Amino acid sequence: MSILVDQDTRLVVQGITGREGTFHTLQCIAYGTRVVGGVTPGKGGSVHEGIPVFNSMDQACRETGGNASAIFVPPAVAADAVMEAVDSGVDVVVCITEGIPTLDMIRVRQFMAGKKSRLIGPNCPGIISPGKCKIGIMPGAIHREGTVGVISRSGTLTYEAVQQLSSRGIGQSTCIGIGGDPIIGTNFVDALRLFKDDPGTEAIVLIGEIGGTAEESAARYVQAHLSKPVVGFIAGQTAPPGRRMGHAGAIISGGQGTAEEKIRLMEECGLQVARSPADIGETTARILSP
Amino acid sequence: MKIHEYQAKEILSAHGVPVPRGKVADTAEKAREIADELGGLVVVKAQIHAGGRGKGGGVRLARSPEEAQEVADSILGMQLVTHQTGPEGQTVKRVLVEEGLKIQREYYLGIAIDRDAGKVVFMASREGGVEIERVAAETPELILKEALEPGLGLTPFQARKLAFGLDLPAKLAPAAVKFMLSLYRAFEATDASLAEINPLLLTEDGDLYALDAKINFDDNALYRHRGIRELRDTDEEDPLEVAAGEHGLNYIKLDGNVGCMVNGAGLAMATMDIIKLAGGSPANFLDVGGGATAEQVRNAFGIILSDSNVKAVLINIFGGIMRCDIVARGVVDAAKSMQLEVPIVVRLEGTNLEQGQEILKASALSLTVASGMQDAAEKVVRLASRSRA
Repeated sequence: MSILVDQDTRLVVQGITGREGTFHTLQCIAYGTRVVGGVTPGKGGSVHEGIPVFNSMDQACRETGGNASAIFVPPAVAADAVMEAVDSGVDVVVCITEGIPTLDMIRVRQFMAGKKSRLIGPNCPGIISPGKCKIGIMPGAIHREGTVGVISRSGTLTYEAVQQLSSRGIGQSTCIGIGGDPIIGTNFVDALRLFKDDPGTEAIVLIGEIGGTAEESAARYVQAHLSKPVVGFIAGQTAPPGRRMGHAGAIISGGQGTAEEKIRLMEECGLQVARSPADIGETTARILSP
Repeated sequence: MKIHEYQAKEILSAHGVPVPRGKVADTAEKAREIADELGGLVVVKAQIHAGGRGKGGGVRLARSPEEAQEVADSILGMQLVTHQTGPEGQTVKRVLVEEGLKIQREYYLGIAIDRDAGKVVFMASREGGVEIERVAAETPELILKEALEPGLGLTPFQARKLAFGLDLPAKLAPAAVKFMLSLYRAFEATDASLAEINPLLLTEDGDLYALDAKINFDDNALYRHRGIRELRDTDEEDPLEVAAGEHGLNYIKLDGNVGCMVNGAGLAMATMDIIKLAGGSPANFLDVGGGATAEQVRNAFGIILSDSNVKAVLINIFGGIMRCDIVARGVVDAAKSMQLEVPIVVRLEGTNLEQGQEILKASALSLTVASGMQDAAEKVVRLASRSRA
């Protein structure tokens, strides 16, 4: 089993004719994702890499039965693309685009209230249910079907963790990159709730980083609601305060968001914390076979 | 992006926020002229991005134009050290000369992003003029907060709630409301990520002023604010970080001796962490981005090695969709063209890993190939401590 995306997912790619859009659409198809259409305003009616292109999400979904979208458009127009996808009624919107203004994302969050779509990202690697469906830019080959759910704020660090799992024979139900921006569609707690209700997920790996309080909220949620074991890791134990470490969200400010505090609370709430990034796989293996 | 106080005050003033009369000067002579124009008591304030300027001796009173010149002369060019500058301090290149105002009370106003709520939050406190972080930690009930609805922004009733919550004299409420609405307009119009007025001054004459002002902007939104982009002062930034930014590299200098070159911010942080766990100390954070082409690797080497503390470099690239043989060729090409003098440890991961490692080994360069992050960290820390000896 898995969450949010699987073999029944029918993907529409927004920005399919762009360089990134084209490359990653082909990668997703190669992995087995059912890409049913693409959207590039003004190019409707054409066919790109064998995929029909439409002028709008609304039209694309009506004609192809699309129920998910992946967004590969430039940051200045990405917030609008998210709202267009939500308006079309798809279940899942995965926004890969990096660099969307924060106030734009706040308006998007407001627009989404009460609507059924779930947004993943922005500024994220996407989501993959190994063996079933990949929506995003992650390397499919490092994944392996299984029962561990992975939630992470970063890209390559998630690949690192997944590789450690797969190389120990530990497969994944679904891996979600929630994104490194301050305002995101799906947070740790949302993802934990989905994994909690997924009978195909036995354990969860949660990869956080410095900045904000999302990891703290996640730890408290785990303590209060989860009986499945959770492994935690926090990147940025050596990061100095006041400096933004790449991700807009990764900054220690006003004494808040330190790795030390996050790790302490995670341990207090019963998570198994891997102190070293090299121990994420090993720690997971240990909790799966006590 | 950060700006100076005088720039923040110009923006605020343009949006209707009352600020003290004043002008910026880059010479002591000019400071005297401004003081002469203003008349009476003036305040001379060092313009650097870091906070805590007053305690460091960067904010001083002057009773006459002549004294203003003397004071400005001593502040201009000084290395101002505050709790935010680090021990080396920051050179003062400009001072703001402002009219001196008689203080009755000091308040705090702030606008920030509440990530969890996904909203902008407007804050106000009676505890102005002190570090607001301390107020938040010790007496959080003294910070009033209003979450703003996107699209509506700060509404007049919310501003009134805050104004009366501050226990301002009732007759001042309309002015306080107007002040707050103007401040919010400035925040929204400029895509700010943080705006703070600390202190908001109530003068003995019963007027409100932004006595100090701090605005940070959302880097992601700078593309639509040309005027704000032009306010950037690269003198306030680390020159290596500025150079890195020009190459599209995300670099932050730290004080260790192990240089790091990593793709992806999360993995870059984790790499710093594992170096520390292995007993070493990272010299920097560096995210080369997804590409990691030969040119980017060369640029990154240039930046990392211009820090003379660096005794060894760890390259940690998780290729993902990118093939390792291509990354390896990039590293080798870059290393060959640069005559590297420090030992380099390379850890690659992803498709075509074996070919990638072969290319590294066959390069006749003194590259150490590592497998896995643990191995890489141990090797680079050992090499760094050896070359120091």
